Amino acid sequence: MTTRNTPLWEVFIRSRNGLAHKHCGSLHAADATMALQAARDVYTRRGEGLSIWVVPSSAITASDPADKGMLFEPAESKIYRHPTFYEVPDEVGHM
Amino acid sequence: MYTQALNAPEEGTLIEDAARAANFQARIDAEERIEPNDWMPSAYRKTLVRQISQHAHSEIVGMLPEGNWITRAPSLRRKAALLAKVQDECGHGLYLYAAAETLGASREELVDAMLAGKAKYSSIFNYPTLTWADIGVIGWLVDGAAIMNQIPLCRCSYGPYARAMIRVCKEESFHQRQGYEIMLTLSRGSNEQKAMAQDALNRWWWPVLMMFGPPDGASQHSDTSTKWKIKRFSNDELRQKFIDATVPQAQYLGLSIPDPAMKQDADGHWIHGPIDWNEFKQVLAGNGPCNRDRLAARRKAHADGAWVREAAAAFAAKRKSRQMAQAAE
Repeated sequence: MTTRNTPLWEVFIRSRNGLAHKHCGSLHAADATMALQAARDVYTRRGEGLSIWVVPSSAITASDPADKGMLFEPAESKIYRHPTFYEVPDEVGHM
Repeated sequence: MYTQALNAPEEGTLIEDAARAANFQARIDAEERIEPNDWMPSAYRKTLVRQISQHAHSEIVGMLPEGNWITRAPSLRRKAALLAKVQDECGHGLYLYAAAETLGASREELVDAMLAGKAKYSSIFNYPTLTWADIGVIGWLVDGAAIMNQIPLCRCSYGPYARAMIRVCKEESFHQRQGYEIMLTLSRGSNEQKAMAQDALNRWWWPVLMMFGPPDGASQHSDTSTKWKIKRFSNDELRQKFIDATVPQAQYLGLSIPDPAMKQDADGHWIHGPIDWNEFKQVLAGNGPCNRDRLAARRKAHADGAWVREAAAAFAAKRKSRQMAQAAE
C-alpha cells in the first residue's frame, strides 16, 4: 500500500583525514533519521568516515551534460590561470 | 547514485539518432565513462539494468546459503566473521541496486521482478550448504570467482556500476581470505575435517566453474557488451584465469580438484575437463537443488518486512503533516 517508492537520499561522508564531505552513494529511506542510520550501516562498515550528510535526491539540481561545452570550455582556454604559464628564471629558485 | 528524477527515459528516441550513437561509441572507445544523465542507446541502458540488477539479486540471494550457518559457526571468531560477511553481501546488493536505479529503474520494480521469478540471479546460490566446510569453499571459490569477474567491471564504461564495483572488490578480498582460512584450518585438522573439506570442494568445483557463464561462442550477450566495454574479458578467459590461480591454492591445502581430466599445458595453464552445461541450464531454468527454497525465503522475508516499510512510511507522513501544520500556525 504505502510502501511504493520509498524516497531516495544521496549520502555524503567526511573521511577521517579532514577532507570535505564526499558523495559516496545513495539509499532509500522513509525519513531523514532512518536515512542516516541506513547510511551508517551501508557506507561506513570499515571506518570510512566520521560524519554523514544525507540529502533528499529530489533536492539536487544538476547541470545538463549537453551544456558541458558551454560551461567548462572557457576554463580550458585560459592557460594564464595556471602557474606554469609564467616564466621565472631558475636562479630565482622555487616559487 | 544520482537522483532518479534526473534520469527520465528519453522521449521520442525510438529511431535513435545515428550521430548520437556514433558519438556515444566514440566516447566508449576513448575510455570515457558514461554517466547517468548522458545520452545512451536504449539497448545499452537495457543491458545494464538487466546485468546490474541480476548482480544485485545475486548478492541478496547469496546471503541465504551462508546465513544458514551463522547460528552453527564453530567458534565466536568464525561467527563474527560470517555475520560481517553476510552483512557485506547485503551492502553489495544495495550499492548495485542504487547503480541500476540511476538508469531509471525503480527499486520496487527490480525487487518485484526477482520475487516474481522473472529476474535471474547467479546459478551458484541454488546449491545447498550442507556442512561448515561449504562456508569455507564459498569464501575461497565462489567469492574468488566473483572477484575474477568483478575486477574488470571496476573499469566498466558505465560510471555508477564501475564505482560500485570498486567498493565491492575492496570488501570481497576479506571474504575470500576468511574462506581460505577456514579451508586451511579444516585441511590441517582431523581426518574427518580434511574429508569434509574435500567433500565440499568436490560438490562446489563444477558449479563454481559454471559461474563464468557459457563457453565463448554460446554466450548471448557477449558481443555488444564487449563493444560497449561492459565486458572486458570473455567467459572462457576469466574461467582460465580463475583455474590457474586456484589450482596451486588447492595444492597448498592438500586437496585435489575433482577433475580427473585436468592437465597442465606447455604454457603452465591448467586445462579443465568437460563441463556439464546441461546441469547449468537446468539450474538456470529453475530446477537446481534450492531454486524454490531461495525464492520462497526471499518472498517470506519481503512479506514479513512489509509492516516495517508501511510503519516507517506512515510515521514519516505523520511527522511531515505535523511539521506543515506547525509551520502554518
